[in-house]
Amino acid sequence: MIGAARLLAAGILVLAIWQTVVWMTGVPSFLLPAPAKVAQTMWDSRALLAEHSVVTITEVLVGIVLGAGLGGLSAIGLAASPLARALMRPMLVLSQAIPVFALAPLLTLWLGFGLWSKVAMALIIIYFPVTSTFFDALMRTPPQMLELAKVMGATPRATMWKIRIPAALPGFTSGLRLAAVYAPIGAIIGEWVGASNGLGYLMLLANGRAKTDLMFAALIVLAVFTVCLHYAVDRGCTAALNRRLR
Amino acid sequence: MTPAPALHLSGSARYDGAPVFGPLEFTAPAGTWTCLLGPSGVGKSTMLRLFAGLDSGVTFEGSLGAEDGAPLQDRIALMAQSDLLLEWRTVLDNVTLGAALRGAMPDTERALRVLTRVGLADHASKKPGALSGGQRQRVALARTLMEDRPVVLLDEPFSALDARNRSLMQDLSAELLAGRTVVQVTHDAAEAARMGDKILVMSQDRLTEVPPPATTPPRQFDAPDTLVYQGQLLRLLMETA
Ligand SMILES: Nc1ncnc2c1ncn2[C@@H]1O[C@H](COP(=O)(O)OP(=O)(O)O)[C@@H](O)[C@H]1O
Ligand SMILES: [Mg+2]
Repeated sequence: MIGAARLLAAGILVLAIWQTVVWMTGVPSFLLPAPAKVAQTMWDSRALLAEHSVVTITEVLVGIVLGAGLGGLSAIGLAASPLARALMRPMLVLSQAIPVFALAPLLTLWLGFGLWSKVAMALIIIYFPVTSTFFDALMRTPPQMLELAKVMGATPRATMWKIRIPAALPGFTSGLRLAAVYAPIGAIIGEWVGASNGLGYLMLLANGRAKTDLMFAALIVLAVFTVCLHYAVDRGCTAALNRRLR
Repeated sequence: MTPAPALHLSGSARYDGAPVFGPLEFTAPAGTWTCLLGPSGVGKSTMLRLFAGLDSGVTFEGSLGAEDGAPLQDRIALMAQSDLLLEWRTVLDNVTLGAALRGAMPDTERALRVLTRVGLADHASKKPGALSGGQRQRVALARTLMEDRPVVLLDEPFSALDARNRSLMQDLSAELLAGRTVVQVTHDAAEAARMGDKILVMSQDRLTEVPPPATTPPRQFDAPDTLVYQGQLLRLLMETA
């Protein structure tokens, strides 16, 4: 609750500064529209904004689910197999040297203007943080725990599923928290490079027609969604982790 | 449970080129409780780990194993200072962990009987987080009993408990582990004096056997002969270290 109150206070402060800047500088509306004007536009264009929001939100959520799934499986595979580690880790590190933004045009070329090029973009951007945080956690199982399992005659598979993975779940959820922040960035970049709908597309469109108020409206919707997503994932992870210990 | 074998070790251990212990001779008679007493860092845990087949980068030169010649693998249970309970499993599921890890059907009924013997039947469906330190270590004992192995290696399992809980755990384990070959590592002279049928004081290059009082363990902690013996052990610890 305190977090929500603080967030609200921060939001009001931003609005106040924004409105003051507009008043004091008399900057033209096509450069920086006043908050009231943006609010008006948000209301007037609510159907348009909703339509494009649904597209972006779908891209982000599908991207997170696929990215978390693929990242989780990769981490488990890497943790289970020294060979996979030897082969894959240099590749993973190398892949981080490529700016993901540079991939966006290629993904559009390969996957088209629709949902999947944006999902792929979101997925690629969250894959590494999810994989590496979960993998690190999987490699940090307390050695004594593994020794106990060994003395008990555990199979490697059972050790993985009954000890290492459950013990590493906090690491997985840290990856998910990062994913919630990064995935919208991926989706928006994807939309900028090539799309016919979505909030990123709408922002470019509004920008091109000097409808700065609409651009701000789309930006605010995106920010609100990202903050909500972050809180939902954060709360969900914390609750899930606590529940299993009770 | 298969018959409890005697254990022997003869040789020396090195870690990273530096000697850890030995050369020395160690034997633990079948079906009795042997205490290995010594200061920290003298190599007590290393010896237990060698018996348990846990590789920790220590090179051992010599021979070790069961006197009956059969491999020790699958005949050993281990209990450490940390209870190593899995926080996300219930007490009952922690007790049946061994079966779960071997891909076998857990024997829930027996697990509940074992939990009753350590006085925790009412806590079977709780998570470890809801238990006290003493209760947690009793769950670890129940998990050890559930394995039903003839050889039990105890690496200072009670040293993190308060004096009262430690005494209670000592009594309980002496009762429940009777008939098995137990090797208990400890740095606590009072514990060795209470628990051991055979007591060895370990220094880097030597094991000194100190015959305990004739009473059967677990000895009264305040019996005069236990206290005198405890003093004798402590004196030896002071002089050898
Ligand atoms: N894996 C290891 N890493 C570092 N040192 C080790 C390791 N294994 C053994 N040693 C050495 O062996 C010595 C004895 O350790 P340990 O058996 O744990 O002693 P104790 O249980 O008697 O306190 C340590 O002081 C350390 O120098
Ligand atoms: Mg030790």
